[in-house]
Amino acid sequence: MEQIQTLNGVPLKKQIARALFKQKVRALLLIAPLLIFILITFVVPITDMLMRSVDNSIVSNTLPQTTTSLETWDPKSGNLPDEAAYAALYNDLKLAIEQKNHTKLGSRLNYESSGMSSLFRKVGKDVSKMQPTTGYKEQFIAADKAWGDIKTWTTFKLYSSKYTNGYFLAAIDMKKTPDGAEMLPASERIYLNLFVRTIFMSLVITGLCLLLGYPIAWLLANLPMRTSNLLMILVLLPFWTSLLVRTSAWKVLLQQQGVINDILVWLGIVSNSGRLELINNQFGTLVAMTHILLPFMILPLYSVMRTIPPTYVRAAKSLGATDWTTFWRVYFPQTIAGIGAGAILTFILAIGYYITPELVGGTQGTFISNRIAYHISSSLNWGMAAALGTILLTLVLVLYWVYDKIVGIDKVKLG
Amino acid sequence: MKLKPIFAAVSIATFSSGLLAADMAKEMTIVSWGGAYSNSQLKAYHEPYMAANAGFKIINDESSNEAVAKLRAMAEAKNITWDLVDVEGPDSQRLCDEGLAMEIDFDKDLAAGKDGSTPTKDFGDSLINKCFIPQIVFSTTFGYRTDVPEWNGKKPEDLCAVFDTTTFPGKRSLEKRPKKNLEWALLCDGVEKAKLYEVLSTPEGVDKALAKLDTIKKDVIWWSAGAETPQRLADKEVVIGSTYNGRLFDVIEEKKQPVAMLWDYQIFDFDGWVVPAGLPEDRKARVLDYLKVSTDTQRLADQAKYISYGPARASSQPLVGKHATLGIEMAPHMPSNPENAKRFLVNNIEWWSNNEDEMNKKFEAWLAK
Repeated sequence: MEQIQTLNGVPLKKQIARALFKQKVRALLLIAPLLIFILITFVVPITDMLMRSVDNSIVSNTLPQTTTSLETWDPKSGNLPDEAAYAALYNDLKLAIEQKNHTKLGSRLNYESSGMSSLFRKVGKDVSKMQPTTGYKEQFIAADKAWGDIKTWTTFKLYSSKYTNGYFLAAIDMKKTPDGAEMLPASERIYLNLFVRTIFMSLVITGLCLLLGYPIAWLLANLPMRTSNLLMILVLLPFWTSLLVRTSAWKVLLQQQGVINDILVWLGIVSNSGRLELINNQFGTLVAMTHILLPFMILPLYSVMRTIPPTYVRAAKSLGATDWTTFWRVYFPQTIAGIGAGAILTFILAIGYYITPELVGGTQGTFISNRIAYHISSSLNWGMAAALGTILLTLVLVLYWVYDKIVGIDKVKLG
Repeated sequence: MKLKPIFAAVSIATFSSGLLAADMAKEMTIVSWGGAYSNSQLKAYHEPYMAANAGFKIINDESSNEAVAKLRAMAEAKNITWDLVDVEGPDSQRLCDEGLAMEIDFDKDLAAGKDGSTPTKDFGDSLINKCFIPQIVFSTTFGYRTDVPEWNGKKPEDLCAVFDTTTFPGKRSLEKRPKKNLEWALLCDGVEKAKLYEVLSTPEGVDKALAKLDTIKKDVIWWSAGAETPQRLADKEVVIGSTYNGRLFDVIEEKKQPVAMLWDYQIFDFDGWVVPAGLPEDRKARVLDYLKVSTDTQRLADQAKYISYGPARASSQPLVGKHATLGIEMAPHMPSNPENAKRFLVNNIEWWSNNEDEMNKKFEAWLAK
């Protein structure tokens, strides 16, 4: 087929592409400041944090020769590595001790095998006393018998690669062994249970918010301006109050010597010795979180309900529909967009919450985010925190996708 | 031999006079725990130091409970905004291991004791690693309400009252972590103090400890912040609970609540300063100057006027006097007072730094059961 050409002999297609390209560049330049801002302040830090869930370069960086010499060693053989591996270890450690990196590696490996921390702290002194000739194997084992333990070397071998799936395995209650991944004994499993609990309780909280928020939003949208404004202030006032204040207020209300129990005892509904346990359990988390997240359900619902003309309901009734039919067939379908927005907001906020569950959740009402916070600030196992965070993020994205398939994200409306 | 400390003192004096005030930073950020504790440091350390150095300013930050995580983040970002950080012993070990804290030359950088002893000797066992400059000894111990009708006038006399829910019914408040709880459980399960960590190092030992804790599990409300137990005791939410001894002093002596101390098997810990590694010269010079003054014999003893934690220097002990506002003698309220320290444990940093991760997994799984 003959090509269409412009006056100056360039093919038309090319000319159009060139013009479009210019337009695209201009558009890109216009949004560039925002794009760069988002990249630097949002995408880069998050990616960096998530990369920690697989990063394991500290082992091969600190012990380069040792990891190479262990390549041929098989932990399943039941024999300790040969003299060459010990010599390599000596050389690596000598350098690491000079740069004071050995204790850092000890902290890292201690996450995988208890005792590494002090083994590496001690080795600083041990290595300086060793004779740099031969017989490193005997010298190491004489300094600490852990160097003659096959478990120590298996840990080195399992965690010698630059990237590891160890954190992810640990995050789903598994561990690495020479024979592949294995489930932890039941007495050490915590995370799977927590993930299930977090999702389940977040769903319940979202459901409760919807149940309580729907009528309130309806009132707000349908009452005369004066009353609805007053109600709106009542909704917003707690929204503006500090989270900690609201959580502490629930403590005062719900604890065993608290206001609610006192009233129940005074009314004679429960006996003084049989005061109800309303806090430091799942119930406490459900109550406090529902209260805290309620505005996030009410506000989108309200803004959608405001746009529904009252004439529809009146028309339905005048055509003979019962109250229920009017609500269910005419009014409710029009609020779906608001429910969608409210539910997704509350659910995503709930699934990542940790302050309130920590304060009122006791042992049964805490979330996976509490463990993430623990690993970030207390155990300092950031790799583990990153792995748990990545799983949580993936779960939210999957649920979002499912939601999109069922409800349709284009139907979600904030007003 | 007596010459040695004097010589050290003289060399310290010449060293510090060699630094001009102009070479030192004009302000420093000190990170501590906040509340009554920061206040005691303000009165005993900061105010005298600022009075002696006109134009110098101290900025207070209350982030000590997440100090290790934040220092690590600062070191990674290569932007260290803190000059001096107050941490507990185990955290200092961690910071030192990771190279995040500066190593201190105790005999050179710190002042000699008032009795002439070298800093190394004066601080003694509290020098747990090369980066840590101890200030106080504190303990984690139990407090109980003195007005529980169900106890029929009996008073808890030893640690095992915590595990005895028949004689002493009611809720208990324990820290939501394995450390200390496991030790106490084993002690009350008949394990000798000397064999404690030997037993805990075996899986059966841990199971034994958790089984003992099982007997009171339904009566425990767990805490994660030190202020929770005193609050719960005051609210009658619990009848007995563990926390830091200073918090109990506050609820008993200052808030006048019907609560008493159960010092039996209190667990000692040290709290002190670390200097972040990699400070610029002028800031480092200022921090070291401040440290030398604020950790001397008199200053450490002064802190005990404001809070019931014992000074870490041996030479400060005889100087501990009366509380600044309450006017009561502080010595009987110190964890190290012989009457209180008949039976005690010392936080085993070495063992816990090796085993905390594993114990935590087991403890969390046990809690969730």
